[in-house]
Amino acid sequence: MNASSDVGYHAQRQARWHYGEAAFWLVVLACGFLFPSRYLIMTDILRLALFAMSLDLILGYAGIVSLGHAAFFGVGAYAAGLLALHGIINEPVLALIAAGLAAMVLGFATSFLVIRGVDLTRLMVTLGIALLLEALAERFSNITGGTDGLQGIEMQPILGAITFDMFGKAGFFYSLAVLFILFLLARRIVHSPFGLSLRAIKNNPLRAAAIGIPVNRRLIAIYTIAAFYAGIAGALFTQTTAIASLDVFAFDRSADLMLVLVIGGTGYLYGGLIGAVIFRMLQEVFSTITPQYWQFWIGLVLVVIVLVGRQRLHRWVLYVPNLIIKQVMGRKAVVAVPESDA
Amino acid sequence: MTSILTNLFDGVAYGMLLFVLACGLAVTLGLMNFVNLAHGAFAMAGGYVCMLLVNQHGWPFFAALPLAFVSSAVIGIVLERVLYRHLYARSHLDQVLFTIGLTFMSVAAVDYIQGSSRVFINLPAALQGQFDLFGVGIGRYRLMIIVICGLLTIGLQMVLAKTRFGSRLRAAVDDPRAASGLGINVPQVFAFTFAFGCGLAGLGGALSAEILGLDPYFPLKFMIYFLIVVTVGGSSSITGPFLASLLLGIGDVAGKYYVPKMGPFVIYTMMIVILIWRPNGLFGRTAAR
Repeated sequence: MNASSDVGYHAQRQARWHYGEAAFWLVVLACGFLFPSRYLIMTDILRLALFAMSLDLILGYAGIVSLGHAAFFGVGAYAAGLLALHGIINEPVLALIAAGLAAMVLGFATSFLVIRGVDLTRLMVTLGIALLLEALAERFSNITGGTDGLQGIEMQPILGAITFDMFGKAGFFYSLAVLFILFLLARRIVHSPFGLSLRAIKNNPLRAAAIGIPVNRRLIAIYTIAAFYAGIAGALFTQTTAIASLDVFAFDRSADLMLVLVIGGTGYLYGGLIGAVIFRMLQEVFSTITPQYWQFWIGLVLVVIVLVGRQRLHRWVLYVPNLIIKQVMGRKAVVAVPESDA
Repeated sequence: MTSILTNLFDGVAYGMLLFVLACGLAVTLGLMNFVNLAHGAFAMAGGYVCMLLVNQHGWPFFAALPLAFVSSAVIGIVLERVLYRHLYARSHLDQVLFTIGLTFMSVAAVDYIQGSSRVFINLPAALQGQFDLFGVGIGRYRLMIIVICGLLTIGLQMVLAKTRFGSRLRAAVDDPRAASGLGINVPQVFAFTFAFGCGLAGLGGALSAEILGLDPYFPLKFMIYFLIVVTVGGSSSITGPFLASLLLGIGDVAGKYYVPKMGPFVIYTMMIVILIWRPNGLFGRTAAR
């Protein structure tokens, strides 16, 4: 077996669907039927999961640290809101795609800034872009509604058939469908040769360039794709909540997103999904302890996670499942997080 | 004409303040390549200490300023020894996460202790108001800031250029490995510099209560300004961040005065243009190697 077919063999093995993955999605779907009173919070988690998956694409696979991912979320949110408010595109699915494309254009335009320079410059540029957009949205309040946000958005039925109901049932299944489709797409992307080349870039950009990977072009491509995902997440936010306000651009949103991804783990796509669930639950718990100051505990969680070490933490969490698998199936652990530092 | 000069004066005062606030960060980034987004939290600590001393304990303003410096420096050295030093070798992502966590904690903690509204420090009468100098309106408080920060800058430059500690620090910035090979205790140099940078930030925080506004969200609001100073200025010398701060201060004040509608965009646009032109900062070497 020569080297290239060896790589192909391992890549294909990794790309295959596992039973665990199917089970995961079945559980998610089942939640929709098991907890009919919790649609709103569950929709919120799905949105956050999609948003986190978008960050995972650039952070976990390409190693770009971004502090301003909310920029694309916000553009998607406002685009979807404006399209619906002015009746330009009434059909939600089309509007969703249009909003995603709007964010994608911004992502493409700003990617040239982001790929320049080192980590610190990237941090500042991404943060700066989000702040700039927030300031723009505030400035052009005749379009965006300023600090009041966009109000009175009326959503048309999805595909002309399913209306958004009061309890958020339609919203939940709509979000779930969008998340699942985009997940499939992301899964395809990261297991393609393109995705493998991204990982090579993340591990060592210099070496990647030496073996003939066009580093900058790949980074631009994945950044643009991630912007599309974030835009869709933002549009889902507007469509399911029927509001879009300035806080879609807020720094807290970008920072929380990092925490979501760090809780779930980067670089295997499920991190964002699992992290979103845990993050929302933590948030609920913290806001029942101290309603106004839950941010303190979020900060504490971040500090503790970093001090303990992300890899060690994930090993602890996976210790019990792996032990069970070892005992029951009599083979080596299969549940493992392919975590490496960004 | 006079309004231009007044604006220039205000811009210089603003820029000098930013320099005192951010120069500690420049050293942290330059020396240890550590991304410290919690830098503003030290500034806020200094500001609140000064506010409490002046407003509640009746200390004179000028006596409270050194205390602001000392308290922030002490907090800085404690955190450096207990927490920060474990993270020097970690990835930038870890450092970012850790310091964002610290920032959130500081914001919530100050909000809890002092409330979320903006606080003011009672200034002595001698610092209030402004006077005319050849028709140019000069704010007394701003003049004081320029004097203090100017002296500090000259002092820092002298320490860096002339003293033994300064040459150790420069050696450690240039090449930590070679410096420690020459017998320089790099971690010690760094701990001291970190504490000093935090102290300067605390002093800056106390001075900025009047101009920038001091509330629990200070570390988040001005994070981008500090980052701009450091990335645009670089960290190979003290002049880089200094000039970057002045540029930022003058640009921001002028932008807000002449094109108030485009106020916040001026500095962001400036920053983006500079980074397209010189991705590694205006002055020499990049901050994070």
